[in-house]
Amino acid sequence: MPTLIRNQQIVDEPSPPDLVVLEPTDDPRALAERLPGLKLIAVNFPKYSDGRGYSIARLLRERYGYKGELRAIGVVARDHLQLMAQCGFDSFQLREGEDVQDALRAFGDFSESYQANAAQPVPLFRRRAGR
Amino acid sequence: MYIYDDIDQRLVDERVAQFRDQTRRFLDGKLDEDDFRALRLRNGLYVQRFAPMLRIAIPYGLLSSRQLRKLADIARKYDRGYGHFSTRQNLQLNWPKLAEVPELLAELATVQMHAIQTSGNCVRNITADQFAGVAKDEIVDSFVWCELIRQWSTFHPEFNYLPRKFKIAVNGAVADRAATFVHDIGLHAIQNAEKEVGFRVIVGGGLGRTPIVGHVINEFLPWRHLLTYLDAILRVYNRHGRRDNIHKARIKILVKERGIDKFREEVDAEWAPMRDGPATVTWAEIRRIEGRFTRPAHEKLADVDYTGSKTPFNAWLKRNVHPHKLPGYAAVSLSLKKTGVPPGDVTSDQMERIADLADHYSFGELRVTHEQNLVFADVRQAELSGLWQELRALGLATPNIGLLTNIISCPGGDFCSLANAKSIPVAEAIQRRFDDLDYLHDIGELDLNISGCMNACGHHHVGHIGILGVDKNGEEWYQVEIGGNQWPASLGKVIGPSFARADVTNVIERLIETYLELRDSENERFVDVVHRVGVDPFKKNVYANLDQKPADRRRALAA
Ligand code: SF4
Repeated sequence: MPTLIRNQQIVDEPSPPDLVVLEPTDDPRALAERLPGLKLIAVNFPKYSDGRGYSIARLLRERYGYKGELRAIGVVARDHLQLMAQCGFDSFQLREGEDVQDALRAFGDFSESYQANAAQPVPLFRRRAGR
Repeated sequence: MYIYDDIDQRLVDERVAQFRDQTRRFLDGKLDEDDFRALRLRNGLYVQRFAPMLRIAIPYGLLSSRQLRKLADIARKYDRGYGHFSTRQNLQLNWPKLAEVPELLAELATVQMHAIQTSGNCVRNITADQFAGVAKDEIVDSFVWCELIRQWSTFHPEFNYLPRKFKIAVNGAVADRAATFVHDIGLHAIQNAEKEVGFRVIVGGGLGRTPIVGHVINEFLPWRHLLTYLDAILRVYNRHGRRDNIHKARIKILVKERGIDKFREEVDAEWAPMRDGPATVTWAEIRRIEGRFTRPAHEKLADVDYTGSKTPFNAWLKRNVHPHKLPGYAAVSLSLKKTGVPPGDVTSDQMERIADLADHYSFGELRVTHEQNLVFADVRQAELSGLWQELRALGLATPNIGLLTNIISCPGGDFCSLANAKSIPVAEAIQRRFDDLDYLHDIGELDLNISGCMNACGHHHVGHIGILGVDKNGEEWYQVEIGGNQWPASLGKVIGPSFARADVTNVIERLIETYLELRDSENERFVDVVHRVGVDPFKKNVYANLDQKPADRRRALAA
């Protein structure tokens, strides 16, 4: 079974049968009304270099205020994880064959980011000003 | 120079560590070829015809002498003792070994340099006007804004996997010297009636296979909205840009398919909720960035009168020395276009000598231009003659800035695996044909640009004369365009069927001949004549008896 990382921990859990999945071409606005009732949404990454899901995640989190679990599925590899987390994903269904222990280290690749992100809603330049 | 603070430095160091780990995983067989490709490209590493090619970022073209010495050192240690300055204000090395690249990047990091996002489908190195900070017509110092955008674009989590590469240019002066109309986004600083600074935002321009002049999407964007507005444009592009066909994936195609008005509506809708949000730029940040730039300690000087100087010094003054906003100072171009040297190439020895000269003559800084030359921006006018002599000894004083032999050329078929044809030998043949300085100066301003394939790295569409390498049944042929211009932007028109390499110089000679016959006066440049009379007279003259030798032809014409 492919491995799931949630909140930077390895968890062993099958995907629920009624998983709501957004494809790259889907508009997250279509879900906006239903969001308060949803606990888990998955965004599919059909290819290693398909970046649409990153925008979808930010829209769900920042524009539509989604608070539940946001899971990246599909071609999700170690080197994607930190960027995905910054965009608001908090769980990751790793693709087959990924080294899960190594993947956990990915969240520490960079200790800071210039931009505002889901974990840090204030961009670096505003925080720098106070230093 | 913008001097890194501890956070800037830490991020670059962490990038080196990340890439070291990725390279190790690849070499251990834990990362497959395709995935590693996406990762190495984001560190400027291509696999080329002979060996990898590494593209080192020179953010907005600004370099310190210390950095240049490091580049000289690196080129000697990891390459064959020289580097190539590209039209994107980067430095390319052609023979580094994959396993050594992490070490090379670590060395770069010691002088606050990197290769971050110099290729791959992400926001690339920001380019700028090479006279930023010294131009007489300056509105803002574009370097400050470039640095702001550099930080915003560096590891932007949302825009690291765009449909295609994304190039942004910033111009801070009245005249556009950054080609803002042929970039994915061009930002041209302006002041409104209330003296507030903002940017005219141009979107969807570009060269390459489908050259398009960009559209103004926003006539005046107040400076504080810059980053949220960029976020909005990039998000629309990231979500809706085409990913099914690499040749249709640039933002220019999306803008064209939507139409600029519809595209603007989408961007505005995306922008509205972000506007005035936390990513709104603060004046404190602009001041902070400004404060981290080293500034030359200019003296109060008087202008020096050089009228009556003798040739060849005079020719150099006229072509390679540019006005400076302060009296007594000048900006100087170092020509990397000496006949016989591939355009943009510099040896390690030259780099070290240039670094010494920059220390002595220009406050230890220099700039790389998109024309593949170097600029010393703050030279005392009184020292021009001394500098000229030193540059002459180094072969960097060819007085050809703005002239036909200041050829922009991509590396082409000698180095690049995508090429249809070689470009460097063509540049050299043209330089040899036109090496008579008097004739060259008589022809006047002329931009000649060469690309080895449709990717247009040599910007051939905006050359007054543009040459493009094409493949005809496996042979190298060349298509010629005329009438392109950088600013105001216009794209060249193809004059007709392509030529064999042996004919290209003759074709150029005939174009020049036609121009000299048709021009009203010396003040009417080649490109002005093309715009006035159209392509036809040029075409007729070029294609008539093309096999005739130029000397015979001149005789025939004279008779
Ligand atoms: S224009 Fe083509 S040949 Fe020249 S460098 Fe670019 S990709 Fe290579």
